[in-house]
Amino acid sequence: MTDLTKLTLAQARDGLARKEFTALELTDAHLRAIEAANGALNAYVLVTPDHARAQAKESDKRLAAGKGGALEGLPLGNKDLFCTKGIRTTACSKILDDFKPPYESTVGQNLWDAGAVMLGKLNNDEFAMGSSNETSAFGNVVSPWRRKGKDGKLSADKLVPGGSSGGSSAAVAADLCLAATATDTGGSIRQPAALTGTVGIKPTYGRCSRWGIVAFASSLDQAGPLAKTVRDAAIMLKVMASHDPKDTTSVDAPVPDYEAALTKGLKGLKVGVPKEYRVEGMSKEIETLWDDGIAWLKAAGATIHDISLPHTKYALPAYYIVAPAEASSNLARYDGMRYGLRVPGKDLIDTYENTRAAGFGKEVRRRILIGTYVLSAGYYDAYYLKAQKVRTLIKRDFDEAFKTVDVVFTPTTPSPAFALGEKTGDPLAMYLEDIFTVTVNMAGLPGMSVPAGLSSQGTPLGLQLIGKPFDEETLFRTAQAIEDAAGRFTVPEKWWTKG
Amino acid sequence: MQVDEKTVRRIARLARIKITDAEAKGLEKELTQILEWVEQLDEVDTTNVEPMTRVVAQKLKTREDKVTDGEMADAVTANAPMTEDHFYVVPKVVE
Repeated sequence: MTDLTKLTLAQARDGLARKEFTALELTDAHLRAIEAANGALNAYVLVTPDHARAQAKESDKRLAAGKGGALEGLPLGNKDLFCTKGIRTTACSKILDDFKPPYESTVGQNLWDAGAVMLGKLNNDEFAMGSSNETSAFGNVVSPWRRKGKDGKLSADKLVPGGSSGGSSAAVAADLCLAATATDTGGSIRQPAALTGTVGIKPTYGRCSRWGIVAFASSLDQAGPLAKTVRDAAIMLKVMASHDPKDTTSVDAPVPDYEAALTKGLKGLKVGVPKEYRVEGMSKEIETLWDDGIAWLKAAGATIHDISLPHTKYALPAYYIVAPAEASSNLARYDGMRYGLRVPGKDLIDTYENTRAAGFGKEVRRRILIGTYVLSAGYYDAYYLKAQKVRTLIKRDFDEAFKTVDVVFTPTTPSPAFALGEKTGDPLAMYLEDIFTVTVNMAGLPGMSVPAGLSSQGTPLGLQLIGKPFDEETLFRTAQAIEDAAGRFTVPEKWWTKG
Repeated sequence: MQVDEKTVRRIARLARIKITDAEAKGLEKELTQILEWVEQLDEVDTTNVEPMTRVVAQKLKTREDKVTDGEMADAVTANAPMTEDHFYVVPKVVE
């Protein structure tokens, strides 16, 4: 039999429908792949083989009865930010300890109701705060991709898989699941997608329910999929998205059939290219890739238009006020009283302080302190309110642009994947990873990263599409055109399976 | 904005995070650096600009004032570090 883990989500779905293999065989193949790889990659923080096999057996029964759902029998990875009923959920923080939620996230429930199988929980930056998966309490995720040296051989340097959804991106790229859940607050789906040759979409704020997802910055957080292909991402988002009465910011709007949008073509599509994204320090390769992308879209029938998004450069500093402020408020709940870690002290306050000092990692503590500072008495107007006003201006830039274009086209990251430890010493250098993605969260728009080429060192590069609110369909059909032109980029060698 | 050690300690106290002397020193520098970087927002004229409160114009949803949940004390307290008869056990708060 062929290696079932190499299939795309769509191929596996079609193979199950044709009874070429069973859901249990598909799940077992992935569990074996995880066992062989996880020691080297650390993509999963918890593997749930018994749970997965039980779900797969149920799927086989439903498939046999002709009652399969949209994702019946398809094994997925679930970011550890999504609460899983009775299964440890930690947000990759020590402070949640051995927390076993008594409920399931709405996005997760949507997936399991559609028949999907959960293989386990995926690593991420602690509370999704990071761009390299180096802040996780469970240790770093290693990218399945390696740089090619001048001699053409793969270097043994360990690269980051991006973050915060680094376990998701690594697992999808290494064929350790057919697709994965992820979340994106400032770029945490799109940046890891770009760095691992996978497809990632952050839908419009409100498209997916945030219920049961560990909160980081509530006005920015959105769930979305990481997948092997544009089609797979479309299949996933269709199921993940829903209106949920349990999340008042979730939007009561029909979820279109994204897969149907893939074949619509680009004739007459107006694509905007913002001049502000040609930033200083952007790698030459990325610039060339962007130009290639523009040429592909033209060839597919789109027209290209120069646009201006003048407040782009203020998105990142505004984000680093809004996100920590909301995080400091959201993370106040971890007090060691009701769940998670408790480190006793001499009195109540001392217990709080001990617990939070021991439970939160360095980056999380740093962001809580910044958030506390900008929200403290006398500073609210100067920082948080100012940043929220700047957000209005960023959103207005996009509103203006969307009067003349249908979609905005940019690179996803300013540079290719970097090595572990390369940026950990300088928080600002790490924050710059999100320079192209963060504007989209600030404006609440949908954004998608599509693999588009390889760097001179043989590592993946991605391009980003930004759409009008709730117009994910245009992103999917444009992304399909890029994928058609660029092809797919898979890991050249599964080095971790060799002794 | 220069953040001094006294401010770092005040903020850490507000955030209920214990910090060591060495950490306080490091944070002084890091927080100053980040806050100086965000000060570039002062260049932006935000006179008469409303702060963004939502992404898409949307009426805040309300629901009927009705009990829809409850009777699950076991589940609610299941993850607590210390419980007794469905109560959280916490350090003494009042003398």
